[in-house]
Amino acid sequence: MMSRLFRHLREGIKNVIRNGWMSFASMSAVIVTLAVLGFSLILTFNVAQMSTDVTSQLEFSAFLNVNATQQTGSAIAAQIKALPGVESVQVISKNEGLAQMKKELGSEMGDVLNAFKQNPLPIQLVVKPVDPHQIDRIARQVGEIQGVATVRDPHQLAAAIFRTLAIVRDVGVVFVVALLITSMFLISNTIRITIFSRRREIEIMKLVGATNWFIRWPFIVEGMLIGLIGAVVPVLVLVYGYRSLYIRAKGVFSGLSFPLVQAGDLGVKLAVILLAIGLFIGLWGGVMSVRRFLRV
Amino acid sequence: MQVGQVLTTGILTDRVELSPLCAKGDDHLLPDRRTCRRKLTPIYRVTEESICAVIEMQDVWKEYPNGTQALNGISVQIQKGEFVYVVGPSGAGKSTFIKLMYREVRPTRGHIFVNGFNIERLKDHKIPLLRRSIGVVFQDFKLLPKLTAAENVAFALEVIGLSHKQIRKRVREVLTQVGLEDKMDMLPSQLSGGEQQRVAVARSLANNPAVIIADEPTGNLDPDTSWGIMRLFQHINDRGTTIVMATHNREIVNSMRRRVIAIENGMIVRDEEKGYYGYDE
Repeated sequence: MMSRLFRHLREGIKNVIRNGWMSFASMSAVIVTLAVLGFSLILTFNVAQMSTDVTSQLEFSAFLNVNATQQTGSAIAAQIKALPGVESVQVISKNEGLAQMKKELGSEMGDVLNAFKQNPLPIQLVVKPVDPHQIDRIARQVGEIQGVATVRDPHQLAAAIFRTLAIVRDVGVVFVVALLITSMFLISNTIRITIFSRRREIEIMKLVGATNWFIRWPFIVEGMLIGLIGAVVPVLVLVYGYRSLYIRAKGVFSGLSFPLVQAGDLGVKLAVILLAIGLFIGLWGGVMSVRRFLRV
Repeated sequence: MQVGQVLTTGILTDRVELSPLCAKGDDHLLPDRRTCRRKLTPIYRVTEESICAVIEMQDVWKEYPNGTQALNGISVQIQKGEFVYVVGPSGAGKSTFIKLMYREVRPTRGHIFVNGFNIERLKDHKIPLLRRSIGVVFQDFKLLPKLTAAENVAFALEVIGLSHKQIRKRVREVLTQVGLEDKMDMLPSQLSGGEQQRVAVARSLANNPAVIIADEPTGNLDPDTSWGIMRLFQHINDRGTTIVMATHNREIVNSMRRRVIAIENGMIVRDEEKGYYGYDE
């Protein structure tokens, strides 16, 4: 039993080597496919983490009429707080708002604000809902409260980001599926060529009473090897690439200041997924060509 | 085993047990000999001969999908230990007749029993078992060019799953039997045609088959070499192995006198003990 296993393995390896260039070509196809897939997976994992992060932070601002006093501000804040699903309301007074704006504009531009005799900013209320998905409803209700001038919704920005990322992901999925199918056909074709080059051996094996599975196994092993080697390369590149990126970025995606998914967790997940898929397309390619081209 | 018993068991099973009289001695290389019960189909005549027959055909017809009528009602029995020549003009159906025996082709109609295997009922996945009980030798040797003589023989044994130790022992035995014990490690390209055919014969012997089927084994060899191969077959036959040989070699058939089956237009036109080749060229 063991010796038979080793024999199939040995013959499978022989097949891969004997068919050097074709094996190389189909391995390359697997490498490209899984590299693209792995890259999209890294993106997807991070986006998933980012979106939970963002939604947990979601809040919106409501601005009162410019002439509203601090008391009306507090009153309206209490009114908003009483709405169902509101977690907290933070009141930013006219002065606080002005100070913040000065800080944001910097010292030189900030001087422009000194030209105003009166503080031109309205009171700002920052509203945070309990459930981020309720944000639209609450924003609408807040907008209907008397004394509230406008409601600004940062959710729109996040939604735009998510929409773009979703499109990128969907295109990626289509792309990866197309590549997976291409790889399978390439593997299957490679094995067909091996079968053709070994037809004499196969003929003799049949004549001396080899079982069908005994003849089939080396070709299936060949497919699995191509798939597996094709998976190992992108796994190594992506895992090490991501790790160095993670270390360099100190765990944070600096542009948007969102935390990245931990390198170790992601590496393991990525390796398992890519190796499994590599093995699977290799196996499938092998089974397909054995089914179609090996008349036993 | 009595004739009557065979009637009952033979009908129910797809493998007719050989009676002790004709049973082969070396069954140990053929591990899976389970018989399986099937529904009733009549076996035409179960006689003392048909129990001992290694090969039996009953009214066998073969029409190829392209419409060629290769065989038109062949009935024949070949007993254990016989040496049979199959002669006839090219295209008469010799090849089909030979190929039916190891299930390379299936009959359109009729019954075939080989080594107790009921060919028409033999499931595809059991074909290997049939072939392990048969040795085949071809005109073009069918050796693997990159393997040595010993490896070519070992290949046939590896395929059926023997251990390395068993394989080494058996390879030496059969190569010695064909007189190539000192050329075991040579590649086919380093051997003469006759020696290559000896390797092929050794390979066919490796499984200890009850019958060897040879399709023009001397077709590619010069007369002297052919005689050497024929003596080898004679020697194998003397040890009790049945031999069925399709041949065009008039000289051999006429001097090594054996049973001759002549096939023309898909029919047996002549079947004689110690017959002649019988065709003028």
